[in-house]
Amino acid sequence: MSMQRIGSTIQLDHGSGGRATHELVQELFAAAFNNKFLLEMNDSALVEVEGGQLAMTTDSYVVDPIVFPGGNIGSLAVHGTVNDICMRGARPLYLTAGFILEEGLALKTLCEIVAGMAEAARKAKVLIVAGDTKVVPKGKADKIFINTAGIGIVPPGIKVGGHNARPGDAVLINGTIGDHGMAIMCKREGLAFENEIRSDSSSLNELVEAMLKSCPHINVLRDPTRGGVATALNEIAQQSKVGIHLEEDALPIRDDVAGACEILGLDPLYVANEGKVLVCLPAQAVEGVLQAMRHHPLGRASCKIGEVVADEAGRVMMKTRIGGLRLVDMLRGEQLPRIC
Amino acid sequence: MEICGTHTVAIFRSGLRQLLPPAIQLISGPGCPVCVTANEDIDRAIWLAQQEGVIITTFGDLIRVPGSDSSLHQERGKGADVRIVYASFDALQIARENPDQQVVFLGIGFETTAPTVAAAVHRAAKEGLKNFTVFSAHKLLPPAMRALLDAENLSVDGFICPGHVSTVIGAQAYRELAEKYGIPCVITGFESLDLLQGITMLVDQLEAGESAVMIQYRRAVTWEGNVAARKLMEDIFEPADSTWRGLGEIPLSGLKLRPDWQGYDAAIRFAMPKRQVREHAGCRCGEVLRGVIAPPQCGLFRDVCTPQQPMGPCMVSSEGTCGAYYRYCEI
Repeated sequence: MSMQRIGSTIQLDHGSGGRATHELVQELFAAAFNNKFLLEMNDSALVEVEGGQLAMTTDSYVVDPIVFPGGNIGSLAVHGTVNDICMRGARPLYLTAGFILEEGLALKTLCEIVAGMAEAARKAKVLIVAGDTKVVPKGKADKIFINTAGIGIVPPGIKVGGHNARPGDAVLINGTIGDHGMAIMCKREGLAFENEIRSDSSSLNELVEAMLKSCPHINVLRDPTRGGVATALNEIAQQSKVGIHLEEDALPIRDDVAGACEILGLDPLYVANEGKVLVCLPAQAVEGVLQAMRHHPLGRASCKIGEVVADEAGRVMMKTRIGGLRLVDMLRGEQLPRIC
Repeated sequence: MEICGTHTVAIFRSGLRQLLPPAIQLISGPGCPVCVTANEDIDRAIWLAQQEGVIITTFGDLIRVPGSDSSLHQERGKGADVRIVYASFDALQIARENPDQQVVFLGIGFETTAPTVAAAVHRAAKEGLKNFTVFSAHKLLPPAMRALLDAENLSVDGFICPGHVSTVIGAQAYRELAEKYGIPCVITGFESLDLLQGITMLVDQLEAGESAVMIQYRRAVTWEGNVAARKLMEDIFEPADSTWRGLGEIPLSGLKLRPDWQGYDAAIRFAMPKRQVREHAGCRCGEVLRGVIAPPQCGLFRDVCTPQQPMGPCMVSSEGTCGAYYRYCEI
């Protein structure tokens, strides 16, 4: 096991969802827990059970601020795990919830968070069936951390995974990028715009179900959370050993998100989303699936943003507005504000 | 040559370089404030971070820049209190909330950020905040541009002058460069079309054999600049000799606090030891900053030096030339 690249201590980068996270996961966790399900490195693992396939996943939530425009850490903890399950085409059924609470957390805040979770679970039609609560002394955690795990069932005939993208596939997305990350950043930094930027945090299972009904042969579904669209597409390109070409002009970005990114020196392609799905599917199915997506409230602004190509395997390239071509790399390091 | 790091990144992100005819070559200059900060200043910032009871507040990019033996990022991992802020006034807030700690703001940047730091010092004095100081490593761009033109081994035909800096210093600041050195200067915006127009304006001047200061970025920049911001900056700071990475010491190219404001000067409040500065062997950031070599000509580029494990500042900063080559272009 070569741990040289990781360094001697854990840094914040190792949790950024970008390259450092990948190296830590590959070189430490994947090597130690080594099994074929884990090594697929998908949003959730598919395990065989009698009579079918189960999708299984877990995720921890440490967002700061814990309440933000469009949701809170509780609703996010449901949406994120539900979405990881349906990114395999599975129907999410049951979740568990683990709470790590900091001494001194206001009960009113906790109630608000739990109510957000309950509402999100109801909307996604999943049940939270088991849980755990721990309290740590003040200063040993930041208000509240939540872990959720979930399982779902993969309907027969569905084969969705990050390694399935094929040259010729179209790449779609169900709406504007960067909304969640910028809602959080603006709240954190006290940046105000004419209209508040709201997080897109939502459960995508209903939308995904409608898409799979229109085309059961969707190859890849991936939610571009930490690391954003750029990192998620790089993962797909590497897992599927294909290239991906994006059209800058086709990328849907809200004006206020683009503006806030410019002020803070961030690139919307690397900003987190919590209610978006990237789709790779055969070109002939594009029209039907786009129609199904736009029919759903979470897919009104769905569009095609690029295509999968055979050359430049493992890379994402973008055709810029003025006709140049440039590399779109994975997120490296934390995205940091610029100073001039 | 584009001076400003934000221009460098905008040029790479738009894929502009590959679309230009071969006769027009864009060279990236020394306009990334993190990149030009001298190693000895980075070492001092790291030393400050190691002191008991000190909270370091800084703009983000700086924390990863490797000094002689460590970086602020590594110090933070070891327990130093290093906080990223988006504005100098955030540092004041941290000082108010932590009256028993010394809050040091790392003043890195050009004429764009210096007035906001001056405003923070002003406010701290007004409020009587005793635990707030500034470590000023601010730099001024026109003296550095002059130093580049005085250097022997660089042939620049025109400057794409910085957009943000010029909102403060105004187009008038480049008059001497255009007149004395006969070099066309165009202050340019950051959109693809701004850059294309700025380049056209430079080429037109060159073809006509002229050298004037022109403003393409008219929606933000005037001839005089922001007089109020400059006044604030001049109230608090005075020009001082400053060492630039890659360019060496340039007379009156930096800013230090005026004697009246020395109570807010971290360099005076803390007795910083003089240390032996160690540069990373093989790092050619200095030559990259002068536009003498392009990053792929550096032996460390991509193989040893990456944004994740940067050996030099030009790879660290989101506006650094090496980082831009690494992120946006293939070799």
